[in-house]
Amino acid sequence: MSLLQMFSFPFMQRALLAGVLVSLCCALLGVSLVLKRYSMIGDGLSHVSFGALAIAVALGFTPLYFSIPVVVLAAFFLLRMAGNPRWNSDAAIAAVSASSLAVGIMVISRTTGMTTDVDNYMFGSVLAMSRADVALSVLVSAAVLVLFVLFYHKLFAVTFDESFSRAAGLNVDRYNTLLAVLTALTIVLGMRMMGAMLISSLVIFPALTAMRLFKSFRGVVLCAAAASVACFCAGLTASFVCSTPVGATVVCANLALFLLSCLIGALRR
Amino acid sequence: MERSELLACRDVSLGYEGQNVLTHLNLSIRAGDYLCVVGDNGSGKSTLLRGLLGLLVPQSGEIWRAPELRRGAIGYLPQQTRAQRDFPATVYEVVLSGCLSQRGSRFFYSAAQKSAALMNMGKLGVLELKDESYRNLSGGQQQRVLLARALCAAGRLLILDEPITGLDPAAAQDLYKTLSYLNEKEGMAVVMATHDLGPALRQAHMVLHIGRGGFFYGAAAEYLASPQGRRFKEAEL
Repeated sequence: MSLLQMFSFPFMQRALLAGVLVSLCCALLGVSLVLKRYSMIGDGLSHVSFGALAIAVALGFTPLYFSIPVVVLAAFFLLRMAGNPRWNSDAAIAAVSASSLAVGIMVISRTTGMTTDVDNYMFGSVLAMSRADVALSVLVSAAVLVLFVLFYHKLFAVTFDESFSRAAGLNVDRYNTLLAVLTALTIVLGMRMMGAMLISSLVIFPALTAMRLFKSFRGVVLCAAAASVACFCAGLTASFVCSTPVGATVVCANLALFLLSCLIGALRR
Repeated sequence: MERSELLACRDVSLGYEGQNVLTHLNLSIRAGDYLCVVGDNGSGKSTLLRGLLGLLVPQSGEIWRAPELRRGAIGYLPQQTRAQRDFPATVYEVVLSGCLSQRGSRFFYSAAQKSAALMNMGKLGVLELKDESYRNLSGGQQQRVLLARALCAAGRLLILDEPITGLDPAAAQDLYKTLSYLNEKEGMAVVMATHDLGPALRQAHMVLHIGRGGFFYGAAAEYLASPQGRRFKEAEL
């Protein structure tokens, strides 16, 4: 089956467009999150969005309109926990992850039952993106890109050294919140296609790959963005050809590229 | 001529959530001063620096700042975090981020700020490392890069928090020399919290000792004669 044929399906076009945008945003935000040691927040948020999705479906709300505010709130909360020295933050985030997953499964089993829907939420489906989802993805991605470019230098400063940025008169909390809210939005949008269990790897892998290869922040950001988009396109194509779930295939593509970059990094030494 | 006052603490108490760490502190820092803040771990050295930087609002009293120091024009060298040591950024990117405070609400750096960054890198001898990755530098080089960044932000005052932690003796010596140069030749006021009393006392004009028994604030020579200083001297022998 040729590639041209593959993209003649409207659902594939939607998946490609939304997926490319979401993976681009994930990669940009991911660099900051990984460097700030906030990788677990991405994982926690994806689990919260699973719980939110389950509740939204049970209550008959449009999933995205319900999940977005819930996950944004969770992002605020998780960020506070990660920044509070009195909390054992990684344990707290792990607890939130598992609890929201458990709540989601409880709600589903009492309402629709464990059907293929649940499977789709957990591991994603290429068919999940509706026209409205795609429109929202375009909107949010545009916002992420514009904010990222405008605040690039400030985000760098806040990522590299919070204390110094604070002393320089920057409102560090505002930028951390911005980062968390944008991550929350991106994760909610990407979750339907990639799956709640797998979306966080889209945040983490491109940054890890790029950090092996580049030594400047700018290089890492650009490389992460390119790697993320390339892996998504490769994964989507492979999943279509081999009829494997799209989320898992994209993650495997990311893993392959990461291992390759480790190899290149080791050879360069 | 009376040297102009940059920073003054008037009966200041600092602390967190109702718990005072420092009480009734009086302190004045003038242009060209070199002050060492010493004391045991947990005695409140970092707390004081946070107060001076304006990151912590005093619970009572007043911290006065000269108008030229407002809007974050203090060069700050914080303690390094674990995450920073393997951060992928070039030396130039790191130093340039020091110009952040003068940029106000603009989004990108101006040509003047870029050349200021290059100049400060030259001053600290890290210009040839410009495109090197920060994570590949030695501890001493990293500290120089952070000092160059602090100079980009500083007008006339540098505040350093344990700058020689983790440096080998040669690199530490190097850093002290750089600091005296900046202090003597460029008239930069220096406030430094440190554990390393010996070299610090040889360089600093003034010493602030923070301890459970209260403060000592005075010239370096007087400090060695004071009860707090004597204890240190005995330990040294």
